[in-house]
Amino acid sequence: MKKRVLTVDDSRTIRNMLLVTLNNAGFETIQAEDGIEGLEVLETSNPDVIVTDINMPRLDGFGFIEGVRKNDKYRAIPILVLTTESDAEKKNRARQAGATGWIVKPFDPIKLIDAIERVTA
Amino acid sequence: MDMNEIKEIFFQECEEQLAELESGLMKLNDGDRDPETVNAVFRAVHSIKGGAGAFGLDDLVAFAHVFETTLDCVRSNTLEPSPDVLKVMLKSADVLADLTNAARDGGTVDAARSQTLVRELAALAKGELPQPVAVVQETVPVQEPAPAPAAASDEAEFAPVPFSFDDFGLDEPETQPEPVGKPQYDISFAPRNELYAKGNEATLLLRDLSRLGDMSIRCSTDSVPLLDELDPEAAYFSWKISLATDRGEDAIRSVFEFAEWDCDLTIEATHGNPSTVTMDENELPMQPVPFDLSVLDEDEAETIGGIVEQEEAIAAAEAHLESLNASVMAAQGVSNVVVLADNDSRAEALKNNSSQPQAMQASVGQTIRVDLDRVDRLINLVGELVINQAMLSQSVIENDSHGVSAINMGLEDLQQLTREIQDSVMAIRAQPVKPVFQRMARIVREIADTTGKSVRLVTEGENTEVDKTVIDKLAEPLTHMIRNAVDHGLETPEKRLAAGKSAEGTVRLTAKHRSGRIVIELADDGAGINRDRVRQKAIDNDLIAADANLSDEEIDNLIFHAGFSTAEKVSDISGRGVGMDVVKRSIQALGGRISIQSRPGQGSVFTMSLPLTLAVLDGMVVTVANQTLVVPLTAIVETLQPEASAVHSFGAQQRLISIRNSFCPLVDVGQILDFRQTQADPMAGVALLVESEGGGQRALMVDAIQGQRQVVIKSLEANYNHVPGIAAATILGDGRVALILDVDAVVAASRGQSLRADMPMAVAG
Repeated sequence: MKKRVLTVDDSRTIRNMLLVTLNNAGFETIQAEDGIEGLEVLETSNPDVIVTDINMPRLDGFGFIEGVRKNDKYRAIPILVLTTESDAEKKNRARQAGATGWIVKPFDPIKLIDAIERVTA
Repeated sequence: MDMNEIKEIFFQECEEQLAELESGLMKLNDGDRDPETVNAVFRAVHSIKGGAGAFGLDDLVAFAHVFETTLDCVRSNTLEPSPDVLKVMLKSADVLADLTNAARDGGTVDAARSQTLVRELAALAKGELPQPVAVVQETVPVQEPAPAPAAASDEAEFAPVPFSFDDFGLDEPETQPEPVGKPQYDISFAPRNELYAKGNEATLLLRDLSRLGDMSIRCSTDSVPLLDELDPEAAYFSWKISLATDRGEDAIRSVFEFAEWDCDLTIEATHGNPSTVTMDENELPMQPVPFDLSVLDEDEAETIGGIVEQEEAIAAAEAHLESLNASVMAAQGVSNVVVLADNDSRAEALKNNSSQPQAMQASVGQTIRVDLDRVDRLINLVGELVINQAMLSQSVIENDSHGVSAINMGLEDLQQLTREIQDSVMAIRAQPVKPVFQRMARIVREIADTTGKSVRLVTEGENTEVDKTVIDKLAEPLTHMIRNAVDHGLETPEKRLAAGKSAEGTVRLTAKHRSGRIVIELADDGAGINRDRVRQKAIDNDLIAADANLSDEEIDNLIFHAGFSTAEKVSDISGRGVGMDVVKRSIQALGGRISIQSRPGQGSVFTMSLPLTLAVLDGMVVTVANQTLVVPLTAIVETLQPEASAVHSFGAQQRLISIRNSFCPLVDVGQILDFRQTQADPMAGVALLVESEGGGQRALMVDAIQGQRQVVIKSLEANYNHVPGIAAATILGDGRVALILDVDAVVAASRGQSLRADMPMAVAG
């Protein structure tokens, strides 16, 4: 069965890249444009793993991750943070919010797939 | 979708982000301190950097990175967005736009400019206040060069620690026969509760570890409590692993990259001393897989089998935990439902909260992106529908003179609906003028820099909507006018101060809707038109006679004449061989009008009035020499029936009509267009009083008025050829083609300039 990935990113460019990369790697991809939409989509999409950006309007990645972790059904789902911000402070905040791991941009399809493979069975 | 398409999307997105950036910076400049504004500005640059990184656009990434760093200081309140700071940022936004364009279309960027800004931005980020460029260059001569692309700095953090003795062979495939005596590591791994809470999984980590080499593993269960004390979600297991790998300690660490904060992890190199892991009695009674150098080559399968076994054991333990978990959950079933509901309402509250400060975004609403071609096809079809509906109405009216039948009433409804559909379809093409206005801000900054003038651009009504084509074609004339306004209109700061004005000049750009058209005003508070000089110049250029008696307004309008330029020295800004005549012509080509009002010492106001759409037109349908013509309604001031007493001969050919104590030349449209050789009798026809650009009023003689209607414009150039005096064509309700009169061309022709002389090409056609 195909693994289902929920991606949350406000950039149309990155959304498209994620879509192409994930579909090519045999994943099923569901997309949201910000944290609020991400939480809405989560309820119906039942993903196996989540990939989210940090800087987003309405609800940023930190808030989104906290929201997911508060949801009984998804509190143990792997969440990867996709962000250009590699500094320790940002990673720390993402981890405290409950992120499983991160993928440092610039966007690299191999790194992305590798990280997803690492956190999913 | 391939990478090129995504790249296209990226550049589209860049354009949006750049607009967002500019408008955010302008808001900050106006004193807006809403954190969301700063965030939006930051996000715009961040987003450009992210996409650019993915496409390897290093110049763009490098600049965006520096810019972003400085913006982050503003975001974290360590840098106050003062006007001086914003000046640097606005210029940086310009350079970012240049870099984006260069990345898309090739071409180069002013490297000196971008490097200066990189220095300024970096200085700001370090808390140094902006200084005049000259000073910066003197006092900070050895600034750091542009920081390395973000890509590099991102990587730097994960730079591998050199680990000398197994660096070689790092890239060799695992399946190769392995050299004897692979380095051996003892790893102890004890997850904490947080590891699981963040969605990490010990099994997966062990799986990844097993892929590095040959592994034996023991699970310690000594901290598992009795069942009634057991927290089903807590971490009780820990593992001791013995791993033989030549991939190095870094490879092992990187397996735990996501988990190392949430577990106790020690990694020790034991240099080929197998199995220093000691068995203690609390460990699961599993057989450690023997690590035997001699069997490595042949017996890999067994080793892996051992790992699988371990994994199965782990999985079994986990399945057990899970079932425990499930039963606990079931026991808590009722309260769980409550919690879920609570979560839902929280999510709802969250939504409501966040929608509050986002009123702007909410009102912008949901959008979809549609290919412009599709919209145009739709507009075209609706145009056909309008024509068809009109034809239908006409034939029904012709066949049913009573006009009260149900068909007739139905047709009226249809007409109403058609009109509404047409309006809605037109609205799809309507866009706010904001992007063009924003571009002007940049133009102003650049000219202000070049001329050494201090200028503030104030824009109003940026959200006024107008057809996209109009917007696209507006940028060029507007750019030229803005250049003129700053270069020629505004005085130097010294002169302004001497005249008792503030040193900073103001250019005001306004857009508004007025009676079905968009009116754009460009006002400066400069010196106004120097009428003596304009007049002298016009006399020198033989535009007017030396003794001509002109009103102030007429003198002001002379600047729209071809080849007219008053600037004493041609500056490199406006002296590009383009005069106001070109501006006027491009505005007219859009079906617009332009005029100027000027007050000496107080400045000038250019007013442009443009149609909201180029697809339809409200026109008056008239008959001239048995031909049906459409005159754009916007050009017509009034219509009148000439009386014999009001018409006066003037010279051999000319006739004037007196209207309320003033005389106005009477122009026979039929004669101008060569429909007939001799002038028609004015008393037998109707006069349309029209106003043309800068040329005052004319009374156009037509034979009869048929009525008023909205017509769909069909380009003559696209379908046939340019015809002098004719702007376009349309199809009327009865299916006939009618020509739309180019009022300005006809008025110009009546001034003695022949239509044909203007357009030599047309004669040949």
